[in-house]
Amino acid sequence: MENRKCKGMRDFLPDDMVRFRHIEDVFRACCCKYDYREVRTPTLEYLHLFTAVGTLTPSMLGKVYSFLDWDGWSGERVVLRPDGTIPVARLYVENLSEYEQAKLFYVSNSFVFEGTGRKDRERWQCGAEFIGGVKLVADAEAISLAVEVLSRLGLSDVRLQLSHAGLVKALIMELDLGTGEEAKVTARILDGDWEALSEAKSTRDDLDRFLSPLLNLKGKSGSFLRNVRALSAAASASFKSSLDDFIGIATLLDDLDCDYEIDITAIRSFEYYTGVCFRLLCDGETIGGGGRYDDLITLMSEKTARACGFALYIDPIMRLLSYEGGEGSRVLIVGEQPVPETIRLCFTLAQSLRDMDCVATVDFQRRETSGYRWVVSVSGEGVPRFAVTNLERKEQRNVSSAAAVVSIVSG
Amino acid sequence: MRYPSDSVRLALPKGRLLSPTAELLNGIGLSFEEYDSGARRYRLQSPRYPFLSAKVLQERDVCVQVAVGNYDLGICGSDWIEELQAGYPASTLVKLLGFDYGEGSLYLVAGCHSGISDVSDLASRPSAWRIVSEYANLAQALASKLRLRSYRVFPVWGASAAYLPEDADLAVLWARNEKEIESQGLCALMELFPVQAFLIANQNHLEKRDVSPILDCFGPCTVSKRRDVLAGGLSVAARPAVSSPRGQEKVVRLALPDGHQKAPTSQFLERAGLKIEGYAGKTLERCLSADIRWMSIKVIRPQDMPLHVANGHFDLAITGRDWLLEHLYRFPSSPVTELLDLGFGKVKIVAALAEETPAATIDDLRGLVQTGTLSPLRVASEYVSIADKYLRDNHISSYKLIPTWGASEAFLPEDADLLIDNTQTGKTLAEHDLRVIDVLLRSSACLVGNTHSIGSPDKRERMESVVTMLQRGLE
Repeated sequence: MENRKCKGMRDFLPDDMVRFRHIEDVFRACCCKYDYREVRTPTLEYLHLFTAVGTLTPSMLGKVYSFLDWDGWSGERVVLRPDGTIPVARLYVENLSEYEQAKLFYVSNSFVFEGTGRKDRERWQCGAEFIGGVKLVADAEAISLAVEVLSRLGLSDVRLQLSHAGLVKALIMELDLGTGEEAKVTARILDGDWEALSEAKSTRDDLDRFLSPLLNLKGKSGSFLRNVRALSAAASASFKSSLDDFIGIATLLDDLDCDYEIDITAIRSFEYYTGVCFRLLCDGETIGGGGRYDDLITLMSEKTARACGFALYIDPIMRLLSYEGGEGSRVLIVGEQPVPETIRLCFTLAQSLRDMDCVATVDFQRRETSGYRWVVSVSGEGVPRFAVTNLERKEQRNVSSAAAVVSIVSG
Repeated sequence: MRYPSDSVRLALPKGRLLSPTAELLNGIGLSFEEYDSGARRYRLQSPRYPFLSAKVLQERDVCVQVAVGNYDLGICGSDWIEELQAGYPASTLVKLLGFDYGEGSLYLVAGCHSGISDVSDLASRPSAWRIVSEYANLAQALASKLRLRSYRVFPVWGASAAYLPEDADLAVLWARNEKEIESQGLCALMELFPVQAFLIANQNHLEKRDVSPILDCFGPCTVSKRRDVLAGGLSVAARPAVSSPRGQEKVVRLALPDGHQKAPTSQFLERAGLKIEGYAGKTLERCLSADIRWMSIKVIRPQDMPLHVANGHFDLAITGRDWLLEHLYRFPSSPVTELLDLGFGKVKIVAALAEETPAATIDDLRGLVQTGTLSPLRVASEYVSIADKYLRDNHISSYKLIPTWGASEAFLPEDADLLIDNTQTGKTLAEHDLRVIDVLLRSSACLVGNTHSIGSPDKRERMESVVTMLQRGLE
């Protein structure tokens, strides 16, 4: 019988898991040092959590795995978690809202349908959410944390791109398109089609002065945004307010010597974002992103809470990572015959080695020794009973006790 | 039996599109004998092309059958195509040609006195909208597009309009025009798209198999443009907000079946002494009144009753045990239960195979699946949950369930290997050369009730008096 995994799903093999765990470990260690605490949300959530305006984009909603579960007689659909941030916001509202501030991180999968089945439909991410932090400071901290994780993972040439969801939304309003047309342009931009903005902007010539540089240039510092500010005298108060906010975070990052590129087209599917957004790229691949979402908590509860966060995408990072793992001292214990006395000797020796933090495997089939640093041959009779071989140095020593083997292996 | 690979298979619609489709086929030289409104044959052979065969199916089945690859080509209405594609965007169904016939449109409707005047009202209100529809996938997609904050979609087999306004707030339904909608006391909030007939194809077959002689015949056909699905918006004049009649806590709400079960149910109620005006008549009235002041009655599909009883839209309903179990197998925690076996409408739910299939029992069939002779097993059924449970319980390790909407016996042997269906005498199955290998359950009409309603002090006594009254019909 043919067993096949589901289309768009992925098996993680041992080598994959070594890299996966390494990313997770580095991320977890960094988060803990920044005083974030780990949470885990369930794989299944109610669909309505994601359907309101300001949560997921219509395009994303069209790709969720939603269904009626065994308890679905009431028509309440559930969904395989399509996003990491919204469930954490729900977790905060339900469990932690008495705290004004919560710094939370998670490692989880999310499920997004993709038509061809050639790309992953289950995606893994490491995410951190800073709820209730002071604006700008929290944004800068989130960006610093994301960049530090990638740096500790050894990824070089990581590019940080900045945009601002509030500014983009104000920009669309600025075009004065009318409700129907505005919704269409917004939907196209949320899907990453920034041509929509270029096509629509011709309707108001006076906007071109600041729209063109914003759309076509890539600023490298807060000065670029201050230049745009100077060109946007005709812009609305909401546009200027968002731009000032953007200038604030850019200036702070300048002060922190953080390199970045201002590209307002760097974001997509930013429905719940309200402020500065960022994207991280390496070797042409998007490996992370995040931003400020001040309205999401309010949408779910009466509570007002500013928040920002980010996610690092584990799947592309795994492809970019060359990490193979530190194997430590791996010991293969080869028994001569599977007779009770030899088995007992092998098991005792293996346990002693494991107690010394070695990786020990007992084997009676004389299998392949590659990947091991030590091979210990154990005979049931005679003295000495243990032949200890260092495969790296190609040296062999014969000893008569398990304690002597442990002493040699543990150095 | 599977079709030879060099044959071309066409799925043709029954019902509303049958006559214009027959006319179209006659006009382009692709006529089939006995494909007309009086025909009872399912399997047709082209007199012009020996390699072309056709099967007459429910429109909804045409889409599914072409999508799963049992047919190369098919003709059906755009409503069912969009419904399938809304639920399964990666399906291998492609639309080739739109024809200049078809009828009516799909609408989003609300009750006339619901106070909903425009689709824009829907997203702005915090209501948990109850949407009823035969087009459950399109209803989901529409709710998502309209950014409804909270909503529930109740899929039904039919009679969507009957649920408004008491049992649902909105419906996505097909209607000839707005006048027809208004005549049912409803108002159209939005026209989703006009329904027109399409020639559809299985994408994989289109890429690999030569169906050009048949497509050539369709060359001279008029090709129509259609509006985008969900693109249109139709606002209607604001109406005064009137409170919904949801608050009638003490009224006992009874659902009675339409279709085949209507006549025996009517006779039974008469025996029991429950007088219901208009139910026994030939014209179908959806809202009825009884000689009991505190009872309200609606006539809906028996298949839909357990779901709506569970959700408290009805307190009691007369349906078949088969449909109750179909519901409970899908939703084990559902608050609906059988209160009384009414004894009439007896059927057996059976597993049947084509005569030529070399299996006498489900164990034999498991063997055929395990050896790869019939793997995956294609199972056609109106009872998807009952079939699913039966196959799981019998450890059939690889199967595909093909949901059907009537005349399921026509699917074997070409389009399915196993049929799970109801039968009274077994005569229809035998006429189609099908052999029963197992009886899954025996069903008859029963009174079902909502367990929460039964526990309610307001209703318990009244519901018990209905049960007592119906028990008289059994004597």
